[in-house]
Order: sequence, then C-alpha cells, then structure tokens
Amino acid sequence: MTLALTVEKLHKVYGNGFEALKDVSFTVEQGDFFALLGPNGAGKSTTLGIVSSLVNKTSGKVSIFGVDIDKDLPGAKLNLGVVPQEFNFNMFENVKDILVTQAGYYGINRKTAGERADYYLKKLGLWEKRNGAARMLSGGMKRRLMIARALMHDPKLLILDEPTAGVDIELRRSMWEFLCELNESGTTIILTTHYLEEAESLCRNIAIIDHGRIIKDTSMRELLQQLNTETFIFDIEKSLTSSPTLEGYTVRLVADNALEVDVESHQGLNQLFMQLEREGILVRSMRNKSNRLEELFVSLVDKNLDQENA
Amino acid sequence: MNAHDLFIAFWTIVRREVRRFTRIWAQTLLPPAITMTLYFIIFGNLIGSRIGEMGGFDYMEYIVPGLIMMSVITNSYSNVVSSFYSTKFQRNIEELLVSPVPNWVILSGFVLGGVVRGLGVGFIVTLLSLFFTDLQVQNLFVTIAIVFLTSVLFALGGFINAVFANSFDDISIIPTFVLTPLTYLGGVFYSIQLLPEFWQGVSQLNPILYMVNTFRYGILGVSDINVGFAFMMILLFIGGLFSYALYLLQNGKGIRS
Repeated sequence: MTLALTVEKLHKVYGNGFEALKDVSFTVEQGDFFALLGPNGAGKSTTLGIVSSLVNKTSGKVSIFGVDIDKDLPGAKLNLGVVPQEFNFNMFENVKDILVTQAGYYGINRKTAGERADYYLKKLGLWEKRNGAARMLSGGMKRRLMIARALMHDPKLLILDEPTAGVDIELRRSMWEFLCELNESGTTIILTTHYLEEAESLCRNIAIIDHGRIIKDTSMRELLQQLNTETFIFDIEKSLTSSPTLEGYTVRLVADNALEVDVESHQGLNQLFMQLEREGILVRSMRNKSNRLEELFVSLVDKNLDQENA
Repeated sequence: MNAHDLFIAFWTIVRREVRRFTRIWAQTLLPPAITMTLYFIIFGNLIGSRIGEMGGFDYMEYIVPGLIMMSVITNSYSNVVSSFYSTKFQRNIEELLVSPVPNWVILSGFVLGGVVRGLGVGFIVTLLSLFFTDLQVQNLFVTIAIVFLTSVLFALGGFINAVFANSFDDISIIPTFVLTPLTYLGGVFYSIQLLPEFWQGVSQLNPILYMVNTFRYGILGVSDINVGFAFMMILLFIGGLFSYALYLLQNGKGIRS
C-alpha cells in the first residue's frame, strides 16, 4: 500500500502563542478520496497549509508519496496540487496566462503548458473566457480556474480546501462529477468542506479535527455505522393538535402536519410505519432531518468540546 | 527539478514580471521618460547654460550619466518592491510557494524583472538625452557593468523592502525618504569637488555616489572616486543583500505563517 500523505505528530504554535495543532497524525492512501473535516478554527487549513508549505510547522513530520518535506521540499511539492480556500491568483492576468505561468513554475515548457491549459479550460467550462482578465470571471468560474491551475502539472495528490464554498448547487454537482472522474483516473484527493453531504457522497475515508486534535480517523462507512440515532421528518396528510405516542420512539410535533421522530440504529422503520398506520396517520413523504454525517459530526465535536472543557 | 526545468521556472517568473510592467507601461515607462525630459530641459538647457562647465564638461553632458543612473536606480527598485508586495497582498505569491521552484530562482526571477525595467527605462532616457547632447562612451565595459550591477543591487533592495512591507505606505517610505535624498546627494547634479572638505567626506559615505561616478567615468572618462573600489563595494553589497533576501525567503518572512 502506497501512502500519498503521511502526517506525523504535527504541532503548530503561532507567533501569538495560539496552539493550532497538537500532535496531529493521519495518513492518506494513494488513490483515496479523503475528507478532512472540522469546525471553523479546528486546524484544517493549518494542517493543509503545512503540507503545502504555506505555513511553517513547529514540529512533526510530513511526507508526500514518501518524500519528507524537510529533506526534499521541491521533490515533495512536485506531486502536490493545491486549491486554496481563497482566490489567490493575479486578478489582472488573463485566464489562460494564469494556467500557463503556473505550469512554468514546474518546468513545463510553454507549448505543453498551452495544450494542457486548453484541455482544462474546455473541461472546466472556461474556454470562452480564456482571453479575459481573471477578475471578470464569476465566483464559480474563479473556483474552477483554481482547480485547473492546481492540475496543470498533473499532481498525484490534490488538496482542495473548500472548493465549492459559495458555489450554486448545479455547479457544485458538476464539480463533484469532475472530481470523481479525476479520482477514478488515479489522483488522490484530500477535501475539506463545510458541506457534509459533499464529504459523505464523495469521500471514502475521513478524519475529523477539532481544537487541533484528530478526534476521528476512519472510513466513511465505519463512521456512519456509529450513528446511533437518526432523526426523520414525516410530512403527514392530516393536521394534528398534539404529538402521538409511538411505543419505543421519541416523537415531536414540529408543525401541524409534520412529525419529527428519532429512530435508533437497532430499530427498524417498518415498526414505526405500522404504529403510524394504527394511529391513523397517513405519511405523505419522509426525509432525514439532517445529513447523517452532519449528525455524527455534531455529536463528535460536542463530545470533544465537553472533554476539552472537563 | 533539473537545470532545464529550473531555467523554465526562472524564465516564467522573468516573463511574468516583464509582462506586468509592460502591460501598465503608462505607469511604469512613460513617467520616467517625461520626468527625465523635464530634467534635461530645465536643469540641462535652461539652468545648465548659465552654470557653464562642470568637471571639464558642458553641464548637460555632465548630468546626463547621473540622470540615466537615477532612472535605473529608481525603476529597478520600484519594480521589484511594488511587484513583490502586490503578489504578497493578492496572495498569488502562494502560486510560487506551493511549486517546487527553489527560493534562489524566485529571488533571481524577481531581480531580473526589476533589472529589465531599470535598464529599459535607462535605455529610453539615454535615447531622449541624445536630443540634448552627444554621448561619447569612453569605456563600454565599465558603463555596461556598472549600470547592470547597480540595477541588480537596487532590485535586491526593493525585494527586501517588499518582504518587510505590511502596507502600500511601507513600499513608498524607503524610496521617498532614503533613495531620493541619497540619489540627489549622490553627485547626479554636481561634482563633490565643489563641496567643502567635510561634506566631501560625508558624501563618500553615500553608496549612490560610487555608482553615479563610476557610470560617469564609463561615459565621460572622469570620476570623483576610485572606480575599482566602487565595483568592489557594489559586488560586496550585492552578495550581502542577495544572501539576506534569500535568508528572508527561506524563513518565509512576511509570506508564510
């Protein structure tokens, strides 16, 4: 098994004394689609900043495809592509030049760089805008430009720091498709996002970071199996004035014709539907109150907060 | 990265730098041309004709090398300071930091970008000066070598200024309060032989005096200072500033958290 990224006992204390990372360790396998999640200020961007050498670490070790960044930083960076959270290209430069220039930093000649730029401009729907200044692009186009820029040197590991922030759902879905395609072609991807359904649908493995510590590092499947309770919302045919009693289930009437029911992992939905029918309640539709990963994420982060406070 | 890849990376930075200042030529190339033309007309033609000779030369002939050098110094410096600070400000320095380009290549690329602008403006000013006087270059090697080294030196200075700058104000403080006074007092408009002995001694502490006079020596064949000593000092300063700028880059001063 080849490891695309190894992070060992990463520690970061900023100049103002803030301890952003406390012995963070995790690995990402080659070919993985890996989510690094955490609340704001948890240490995600600091971790990825150190991996991409935008942040100096205090201590610890980082290797990209086995290349230690302390021993051969340029060698490690050759395999890495980074899509940062904020737009960081020259807004006055034209779109294609941004891509060709970036390729030049990796020693790629202008002819090859031009061909690759054309490919990604077409692939990511930026072809029509190739000769315009980057500042003229819409927010979604700017995000796609940053992805294209990060891919210009064909990196084996791609880091995406909230790539779909502020992007409309249609565009977000097309970006998911593109990223899946990229991952299937062999590129290892590390994703941070606040859209947990994005992480759930795209990623196979996950690490959750909070207060500078990794509080969970497992596969998405195993993590979701840990979900003890799921909350469902049932839209019902007739209005109710009070919440019905359903044996074994916690039920809340959240609107005249909407019930919220907590279902534990060992309970089935069949039993619930039978009881609803017995009560004469006709269900029009049902949905999860929140994304499953979101529920787990919130409970893990809350639990960690309690431990930190204790 | 092998030598070929490094060269492509270096050339990419230089190309980007040159494209930047040529794209905004009305802000970078035109103003020094206008300013220097005014200097030639006012100081050289109008006032200079009343001054007479300086150092055995017509006053216009005397000030032309100084004015060329002045434009090279200010443009080399201001190109790198504004370009590098802008890349910091817009955060597109991160494009370079995440790439495998070694720091010495990044530094050399920015410096050469500044040198190209400095020498480009110097060339424009030289062409303009030909409308006012005849230039007979006495020592081509000294002329080219000193103008190139001076440009490198001030491009390095601009880079260091940009590394420490936290606002656009910070990139104009050094040019306004240090560079301009030193240039004006560096023998651009007069020979230090005209000064009392004490002020001649003080003037010799001004590094720009050595550059202006060495350049003047290359063109006119006269100098107030020892040309060999000037070259040695400039090379020493270049070595020192290059090492310091590289040290700042390695440590990520102002660019890495």
